[in-house]
Amino acid sequence: MQLTLSALALLALAGLPFVNVAPNRLLSGEPLFFLALIPGSLAAPAVLLLGLLLVNALAALGRGASRALAASVAAASLLAMAGLLWLAGEQARLLAQTASPLARTALGGGFWLALLLLGLLVADALQRLRLAPGWRSAVLLAALLGLGGLVAAGYGNDLSIMKEYANRADIFAGALARHLQIVLLALLPTLLIGLPLGWAARRRVQLGAALFPALNVIQTIPSIALFGLLMAPLALLAAAWPALGRAGFSGVGLAPAVIALVLYSLLPVVRGTLTGLEQVSASVRDAACGLGMGRWPMFWQVELPLAAPVVLAGVRTAAVQSVGLAAVTALIGAGGLGAILFEGLFSSAEDLVVLAVLPIVLLGVAVDAFFAGLIGLASRRAAGTGAATAESGAPA
Amino acid sequence: MIEFQQVARAFGSAKAIDGIDLKIEAGEFVVLIGASGSGKSTLLKMINRMESHDSGRILFDGQEITRFDPRALRLRLGYAIQSVGLFPHWNVARNIGIVPQMLGWARPRIEARVQALLELFGLDPAIYRERFPHQLSGGQQQRVGVARALAGDPDVLLMDEPFGALDPVIRASLQQEIARVHRSSGKTIVMVTHDIDEALRLATRIVLLDHGRIVQVATPLQLLAEPADARVEDFVGRSEVGIRLLSLKPAASLARQEPPQSGAGPGLPASASLRDAVSHLAARQRASVNLTDASGGHAGVLHAADIFSPGAAAVADPAAAAASATWGAGG
Repeated sequence: MQLTLSALALLALAGLPFVNVAPNRLLSGEPLFFLALIPGSLAAPAVLLLGLLLVNALAALGRGASRALAASVAAASLLAMAGLLWLAGEQARLLAQTASPLARTALGGGFWLALLLLGLLVADALQRLRLAPGWRSAVLLAALLGLGGLVAAGYGNDLSIMKEYANRADIFAGALARHLQIVLLALLPTLLIGLPLGWAARRRVQLGAALFPALNVIQTIPSIALFGLLMAPLALLAAAWPALGRAGFSGVGLAPAVIALVLYSLLPVVRGTLTGLEQVSASVRDAACGLGMGRWPMFWQVELPLAAPVVLAGVRTAAVQSVGLAAVTALIGAGGLGAILFEGLFSSAEDLVVLAVLPIVLLGVAVDAFFAGLIGLASRRAAGTGAATAESGAPA
Repeated sequence: MIEFQQVARAFGSAKAIDGIDLKIEAGEFVVLIGASGSGKSTLLKMINRMESHDSGRILFDGQEITRFDPRALRLRLGYAIQSVGLFPHWNVARNIGIVPQMLGWARPRIEARVQALLELFGLDPAIYRERFPHQLSGGQQQRVGVARALAGDPDVLLMDEPFGALDPVIRASLQQEIARVHRSSGKTIVMVTHDIDEALRLATRIVLLDHGRIVQVATPLQLLAEPADARVEDFVGRSEVGIRLLSLKPAASLARQEPPQSGAGPGLPASASLRDAVSHLAARQRASVNLTDASGGHAGVLHAADIFSPGAAAVADPAAAAASATWGAGG
């Protein structure tokens, strides 16, 4: 696994363009390969990076799967990721000094693929380190912040994507905040509706039998179609009750976006809640009831803590899905990173698309890691602390 | 303490419980026994209202149980089940302390109670208080399960095949412990089992059920000596009645006060049953065995001849055995 990933990363750097250099933002550029950096002024760091990757690959041939090895692979891979970013940034800076101000240095396939493969290497090594789930999330978060810090410090400022960012800096932060707002606004009602629905479905089988087909059908409706379906009734509602309209409720914008995301999110949350509650063992319920525990104490003290890992797995699916779907809501005027994404798509500005997609992906990864940590803690609690089985209880 | 009056319960046209009349006095150890589907578990769960009854009355402490709030009733009735059902996310101390906590006891009192119960069941509190259920063996889990059932100092302890899932060695030691708890606490215990040997060993009275009806209510000795009908004979095992009778009486009861025999091989604890003694003698092809008391001292000699000869008439003659008052109480 480690050898394959490292070798593929090396191949990606050798065979795919590291950056593309274009005379302006709309023309597609000339590919520049990583190996072409070697004769230039960046030769030393480039060779150093290749050496790091090579050592990383060869380390896999070493004996055993010790924690020390996994830790050094993770560290080396993170360092290599930072190195890639720095090299690309430097290359762009050098070019900017000589070429016209309109010239663009866009990140190439080799860069992205190598970055992705290194990311997988880090994830794989962290898995093998068997860190406590909370720690694994913390390390991932620290790595993201580290790479983000490199960008924030201006090391990539001459890259095309950062120029696009500079052009949109005024709206970027707002778009990101709006994106988060849409996701959180959708998550809250999803939990308020989904958790009780899952609980009720467990008590009444008929409810589940009616509910799940409906939720399944909703999942199959394409998101754009669902927005369309919601537009008309919401517009009518807002027209019928002007107070709703004044509160910002209309056929376009935030309201249909949030409602659609809630509808999509309900299935995983309700399903997770039901499954989680179902897997609480019958003997535990029987004992709790026989000892005189009331329905609510039993729910809060016994059923919910024991069901929590599976319930949270459902919420995790819903949250990650919402981060992605929220991009599409830009089409009905809800804003968010999707607005930048579609602007890029419609003006064929690849780097603008990447500028929007990248934070969406990172946001998804961060949300996923956050819930993975939460689920890990919850499964440890459910199994009794320090349980050897807690690890297998959390979906990796 | 508990009284069933013409209690019945039907599932559709099938009668799961059919006209049960039974009075359980305080301090009794009543074992409900029967084949699967005999209604023994349903009958037990009717006492703490985990199961309802269609007709008849069930009295607890002189009051009809339907007049109690189910939860208040259950807090006064300890409950232990075969699958134990410990709360996996709580440590042993919290598992045991749940009923006292629901009863609103002060924290120090709960701690002391947990401590005492762990000691009662031979689990060192220093080691086991903080353990989680998955860190315990099956036998330890069931000990904690029974301790939890006793934690609120209930008037009655209800147990639904509590030792059914344990291996024979662990089961025997837990049976001894529950017998000890019964003797020392004087609590009323109602237990369900399908294991006739367990019933004979523990019960002061056995209630044999078949298709929701009582076939016979009797002391262990009466059940063996005077089976009510063929169903009882089948249940206790026709060919093994003699052996089971032997199991009800300690080896010491037939010992001769003689000096120890030399070269008699390993001795037998005086508290072992006559059944164990017969097994011991048969395995070693001997006619007598030295008995030892709890401190390892000599406690007489048991002769095979006394078990099988007219001198041991109480065993050979069921009628005479029934007349012997010491047996039923021996449990």
